[in-house]
Amino acid sequence: MRQGAVRKMKKGSFTKQLPFLLMTLPGLLYLLINNYVPMFGIVIAFKDIDFAKGILGSEWVGLENFKFLFRTNDAFVMTRNTICYNLVFILLGTAFSVAVAIMLNELISQRGKKIYQTVILLPQLISIIIVAYIVYAFLNPESGMVNGLLSAMGLEEISWYSEKKYWPFILTFVNLWKSVGYSSIVYLAAISGIDQSIYEAAKVDGAGRFRQIFQLTIPLLKPTIIVLILMSVGRIMYSDFGLFYQVTMNSGALYEYTNTIDTYIYRALLQLNDISMSSAASVYQSLVGFVLIMAVNMIVKKIDQENALF
Amino acid sequence: MGVISKQEKIAQVVLHMIFIGMCLMVIIPFLLLFMSSVTDENVLIRNGYSLFPEKFSLDAYAYIFIRSGAIVRAYGVSIFITIVGTAFNLIITPLLAYPLSRSEFKYRNTVTFIVFFTMLFNGGMVSSYIMWTRYLNINNTIWALIFPNLLMSPFNVILMKNFFKANVPNELIESARMDGGSELLILTRVVLPLSKAIMATVGLFVAIGYWNDWLNGLYYITKRTELFSLQNYLNRILQDIQYLNSSANTVSNYTQSISMPTTSIRMALAVVGVVPIMVLYPFFQKYFVKGITIGAVKG
Repeated sequence: MRQGAVRKMKKGSFTKQLPFLLMTLPGLLYLLINNYVPMFGIVIAFKDIDFAKGILGSEWVGLENFKFLFRTNDAFVMTRNTICYNLVFILLGTAFSVAVAIMLNELISQRGKKIYQTVILLPQLISIIIVAYIVYAFLNPESGMVNGLLSAMGLEEISWYSEKKYWPFILTFVNLWKSVGYSSIVYLAAISGIDQSIYEAAKVDGAGRFRQIFQLTIPLLKPTIIVLILMSVGRIMYSDFGLFYQVTMNSGALYEYTNTIDTYIYRALLQLNDISMSSAASVYQSLVGFVLIMAVNMIVKKIDQENALF
Repeated sequence: MGVISKQEKIAQVVLHMIFIGMCLMVIIPFLLLFMSSVTDENVLIRNGYSLFPEKFSLDAYAYIFIRSGAIVRAYGVSIFITIVGTAFNLIITPLLAYPLSRSEFKYRNTVTFIVFFTMLFNGGMVSSYIMWTRYLNINNTIWALIFPNLLMSPFNVILMKNFFKANVPNELIESARMDGGSELLILTRVVLPLSKAIMATVGLFVAIGYWNDWLNGLYYITKRTELFSLQNYLNRILQDIQYLNSSANTVSNYTQSISMPTTSIRMALAVVGVVPIMVLYPFFQKYFVKGITIGAVKG
């Protein structure tokens, strides 16, 4: 009798779970194919791939591919570029976004606030290909607007797509142009979450506008700033492929300053058909990236439990 | 309080000036793109790109829509993948998010972890590429533009799950269940009508993602150029320009993969690529800003 009841309950609970399980099926199936199967593909980096033998049948070569990769100068260049660009983007991006957010918040005119927000968000919406066209309209050597202005001022024209020294500045500018609108809105949301009575109290104490900003707003934003910075640091091994591939027009003369891990993987895989090098670079990226994000999450947890990823 | 001090007034004027300057920095590049597309080709070659062209011409646009079937086709492909991809996404995302939002679902922690883990770790581009091209053979099919990476984002699943949890009253679901409603019916009749905001936001981000995507086409559409989306088509033209620049002396040896449009046509193409987003932007702006803040407040 008791056993029967237990069985019935179990059966009841299973029929209750079944609809839920069925609902999760399409999504989980997609994650299995799109995300989990490729995780096992990591073994490719440890093999000398011969598709005639299949992935499992190919010869195991251990760390040979990695040794080969790290013996090249490319490994150093792409790691340096990926990390350095990201650091610059994170630092300048944060500084500009926080500044813009604070300025937006200080605006009295609500209509102005809305219009400015709408306009500065625009670059975020367009594809990097269009951005590349725009940059090309400014910089192309024959008819670009910048060279036109240079020659109008009697200065020498510059062959932008073959002079690598300018690109760290160009790419940083383009990155900020595209991303500041977006992240300033994130910070603006954090600012509007601040309790307004604090400001009223500060005003009563006679604190001026700048003192309010530097002694109240920024300190109160600090946790948000730190968490967002750390999250970006967790993704420091990943670069915006479009920015470094499209905006530079994939120009070979610029590679030393524009080759990042993502552009390297693409070129090695599709243009050189070099599976051992590209898979080694790709696994290097995802493993270091994984370690970094775990480390960063641990740090965030220590600073601010609430904002930790998990 | 209502009185604004003189100092405050000056501060406001300065702020407005800074913002107008920033807005110009955004608008001028777009304006340059547009102006180059309506500049007479000869003027463009002689004077270069300029914000104030000497002579206007709409020839580039006429060419695009009348003579070039490939461009219209690419436009069609972009529209197709955006609609189909977004529709698929908006079906499977809530289907997965809803059970995760219910405490009655026994395996919710396990499944949430399965979803979440994909945000922390991935197999890398190379193994994905080999899987899609060697084993699932979707390269050079329309599905290559729809399936890889864009069909469902784990981030959106978590976002939606949290939204359901916070905004759909438990009592409503319980009473619908008492009335004998199946879980699927509860999702479509009770949960989704209360979740229009999150559906609109997620749908918007996904649609923009599909419209702007060129990466899948770059990796997977290598032979059948008739499957190029607009972004892939624009990308190919950009590559051709670069090829011509880097081998200026041997142009005669180069057979272009797509017949090379002249300068103003190139720019007109780019304009045609941004126009849908620009036209729709004022309407979806509200959801876009909301989406950024929801995502920021955290998944």
